[in-house]
Amino acid sequence: MNVLSLVMSSSLVLISIFISYYQKLGVEKEIVIGSIRAIVQLTFVGYILHYIFYANSILFTLAMVIAMIIVAGNNAAKRGSGIPHVFYFITISIAFGAAITLTALILFGSIHFRPQEVIPVSGMIIGNAMVSSGLTVSRLKDEVKSRRHEIETYLALGANSRQASQKILKIAIKTGMMPTIDSMKTLGIVQLPGMMTGLILGGVDPVNAVKYQMMVTFMMTSTTAIACFTVALLSYTQFFTKNHQLI
Amino acid sequence: MKKIKFIDVGFKDHDDVILKDISMEISFGYIYTIIGPSGAGKSTFIKLINRLIDPTEGKILIDEKNIKDYDIIKLRRRIGMVFQQPYLFEGTVEDNIKYGPMIRGQRDTNVDYYLSMVGLDKSYRTRKVDDLSGGEAQRISIARSLANEPTVLLLDEPTSALDPASTQVIEDLVIELKNKLNLTIIWITHNMEQAKRVGDFTIFINNGRLIEYGNTKAFFSNPKNDLTRLFINGKLTKEGIE
Ligand SMILES: Nc1ncnc2c1ncn2[C@@H]1O[C@H](COP(=O)(O)OP(=O)(O)OP(=O)(O)O)[C@@H](O)[C@H]1O
Ligand SMILES: [Mg+2]
Repeated sequence: MNVLSLVMSSSLVLISIFISYYQKLGVEKEIVIGSIRAIVQLTFVGYILHYIFYANSILFTLAMVIAMIIVAGNNAAKRGSGIPHVFYFITISIAFGAAITLTALILFGSIHFRPQEVIPVSGMIIGNAMVSSGLTVSRLKDEVKSRRHEIETYLALGANSRQASQKILKIAIKTGMMPTIDSMKTLGIVQLPGMMTGLILGGVDPVNAVKYQMMVTFMMTSTTAIACFTVALLSYTQFFTKNHQLI
Repeated sequence: MKKIKFIDVGFKDHDDVILKDISMEISFGYIYTIIGPSGAGKSTFIKLINRLIDPTEGKILIDEKNIKDYDIIKLRRRIGMVFQQPYLFEGTVEDNIKYGPMIRGQRDTNVDYYLSMVGLDKSYRTRKVDDLSGGEAQRISIARSLANEPTVLLLDEPTSALDPASTQVIEDLVIELKNKLNLTIIWITHNMEQAKRVGDFTIFINNGRLIEYGNTKAFFSNPKNDLTRLFINGKLTKEGIE
């Protein structure tokens, strides 16, 4: 694809601006800002990746992955605002999920520890874990709020805070994992995922692209499960005192 | 356990004073009824006893020992609590009654015994909680608390969602339980007649303060405080004097 066709394809954004204007959605400004951010960020990342791939350094690769985790943690923490230390909990959970999955992939020989492989794979699993752990903490917050009476019933019967939160933990973890599981069910039929589309556009044989997509699906599921589980277990404690009292 | 003692107890939520300067004693083996306008702080008061919350001022002693020095989980088992709208756990009646003993590792709970304590036969054991009437659900929630073998029961308006017949059943039941098991009952009610019927002692809380407490008969026949008199005669609401 040459630069001219890219510039022309950017005119497609005008359609969304027109619809927003016509329907008085009032999001024209956000579309413009979003588009500009996308261009700037992607260009920037393109050059950084170019440099990191070229340098082929373990240190740079890890630094890039850590940066992605922190940005993801920061973003997802907004969904859990009000929970003390939620940024740390989410960041730790995403890091934990990503670390286990990446280690497994490398041990299994599915990918190699090369920036070209580690960075895009990390991006996908971290992005997915960001969305799902954000969902988990926001649901946890809602459930604690709406189920105070239920939680106090458990506590009054001599349950500790963990036992009293058992049910809402289950709900919150499930909420975080559901989109990933649901999308797994329709994969290939309703949606050709971005990664696979990219490979096919880049000239990779669809059969080969599918193999990668399967791996991506599995790794996203594991990372999401680990991240949601961890963040729920870390966060619920913030709703209780050490004397098992609901705050 | 013989006595619960409140010494200058207060509870603040941020800057809101919910309870203030509460000093009193509760002797074991009696029924205490708590009355007072909506929002007076009655529920807050009893939550202090099983430490769902802690006082921000003063202290509460059980047998001269600060309740903070008891193991909190054991304390909550000794002091059962029943709410106006019982929250029953999904599943069967049996699951509910077994919950308290189960979490402390005891698996051989005699469910039929606790059912009989609340006047229900053993056919209830396998009933799904969704199929119970309000009165039955309340009785199950009492049985569930009893399975922890408490010495104190805190009742937060246990009959205000029930019809007169079910209310009568619960009243008779609680009095019988108190006698049979030598329980101490602390019973919040909005129903003045109920407070008179079931109480040995009555506590009147208004606007976060303990206004008056004493022997139930004397309390109602000869209230000492003007506010108490107004409240008993239905002339005192949260908004003030009518
Ligand atoms: N968790 C809480 N946080 C902040 N304020 C609270 C909390 N619980 C109760 N309150 C406030 O404390 C005051 C006393 O509430 P409480 O529930 O103890 O009253 P009550 O006497 O039981 O009333 P009712 O008869 O309506 O049940 C009320 O003004 C209430 O809004
Ligand atoms: Mg109340």
